[in-house]
Amino acid sequence: MISFSGVCKRYPGGKDALQGISFGVEAGTFAFVAGHSGAGKSTLLKLIPAIERPTSGTVLVNGQNVGALRRSALPYLRRNLGLVFQDQKLLYDRTVYDNVMLPLAFSGHAPREAGRRARAALDKVGLLARERANPIQLSGGEQQRLAIARAVVNRPAILIADEPTANLDAASAADILGIFAAFNQVGVTLIVATHDEAVISRYAGCVLRLAAGRLAAS
Amino acid sequence: MRAWLRQHRQAFALAARKIGAQGSAALLNALVIGVALSLPAGGYALLSDLQAVMHRVAYAPQLSLYLRPDAPRAGAEALAARLRRDVRLSEVRFVPREEALARLRATEPVAEVVAALGQNPLPDAFVVRANETSPAALDALARDLRALPGIAHVQVDSDWARRFGALAAVARIGIALLAALLATGLIAVTYNTIRLQVLTQRAEIEVSRLIGATDAFIRRPYYYLGLLQGLAGGLVALAILAACIAALNVGVRELAQTYGASYRLSFLSTGDGLAVIAFSALLGGLGAYLSVSKYLRDFD
Repeated sequence: MISFSGVCKRYPGGKDALQGISFGVEAGTFAFVAGHSGAGKSTLLKLIPAIERPTSGTVLVNGQNVGALRRSALPYLRRNLGLVFQDQKLLYDRTVYDNVMLPLAFSGHAPREAGRRARAALDKVGLLARERANPIQLSGGEQQRLAIARAVVNRPAILIADEPTANLDAASAADILGIFAAFNQVGVTLIVATHDEAVISRYAGCVLRLAAGRLAAS
Repeated sequence: MRAWLRQHRQAFALAARKIGAQGSAALLNALVIGVALSLPAGGYALLSDLQAVMHRVAYAPQLSLYLRPDAPRAGAEALAARLRRDVRLSEVRFVPREEALARLRATEPVAEVVAALGQNPLPDAFVVRANETSPAALDALARDLRALPGIAHVQVDSDWARRFGALAAVARIGIALLAALLATGLIAVTYNTIRLQVLTQRAEIEVSRLIGATDAFIRRPYYYLGLLQGLAGGLVALAILAACIAALNVGVRELAQTYGASYRLSFLSTGDGLAVIAFSALLGGLGAYLSVSKYLRDFD
């Protein structure tokens, strides 16, 4: 489903974020990308939806070389991926409901169907009762759940989350991982970046360990 | 197709809501655009109006043939018969010196001066209309008529209309240049308004792009915003123009009455009015296009 082959990423200025990364993730896998801060976890995740392009090597998603995609094709790739960002990227001038409706607006769903999907996604993450709230009124854990609801509302086959439990207390982190596990059980492929070894040990799955931009173990 | 139309409808509604949310700022923008557009639109309306009047004159070229003061009336009759035989003339009318003086007396500003004259200083005259309208043909005709016996002076009355035509051509170029300059201003106003909107919604645009929005989807509400802003500006321009013409017509009517005429400035035709609105909306859309394109490139 996702395959990296000899992937290197060098940022302008000469910093090598990733070097010679090769691995594959099969459909339905719950994979962790582990490593300390600056190890290259976020860069690796950004290569999958082509937010960043590899300097060399190939990144295949469902057989498609995403590094070679034209700019105009990227939205269609990203609509099939659920993305949970490290900083969540919620819209604080919109309600919880409107935040979840955002991806549905450009995927062309009829309003009734879009509303039904948005409420179903909010229900899955336990935020249906807060649909009229503003994200700023939510706790850190609730904001993270909202970001997950927005990521899954288009029912993607792959969900990518960058440090989803960072800055959360243990209970909220457990909630989030429980939601991920539930998605994984219905066949969603998960790739989660984390530096929290406790989180990784709780969910036995594929672990990609990065150290200074290189794959240390998998 | 239905999804595409729905997205357009949603983008239009979003743009309309944004304009509503701008409140007085949107009104001021429309006013700026309206004032800028009303200048060339007003110039065009005025010129079209005057040209319509001048065309009527220019298309019926008239010449006045003044006879020598000592020319006998019998000679004038022979001359009239000769003129009526000339195929280049469509109408020949004899104006006796007495009739000319009576008309002059009826003209208010000079009536007192005429009354003070001891004798009639005016000659007998013919007023003729030519079939040909080209300047060369009229010049040749005037030359031939000047050579007729008893003719003292020939005046081509439509000369001033031709001069006005030339002046109008210059004015038309001036108005086109003014319109181009102010259109650039309109684009700049829209560009800046949309730039501010894009900057305000930078976070939303960035998130939308990251999670699968196409550039077309992001651009669409801004295009509608520019179009609506231009449309509102066009309507304001027409309202300003209508108010100005109504105000000017009070004075114009009085002025025309002093010349014994009835004249008033006309508003733009329906087609021209719609063209002003469409032009304004398109310029607004163009400003939005340039602005959004630049800022989406900058976000990359």
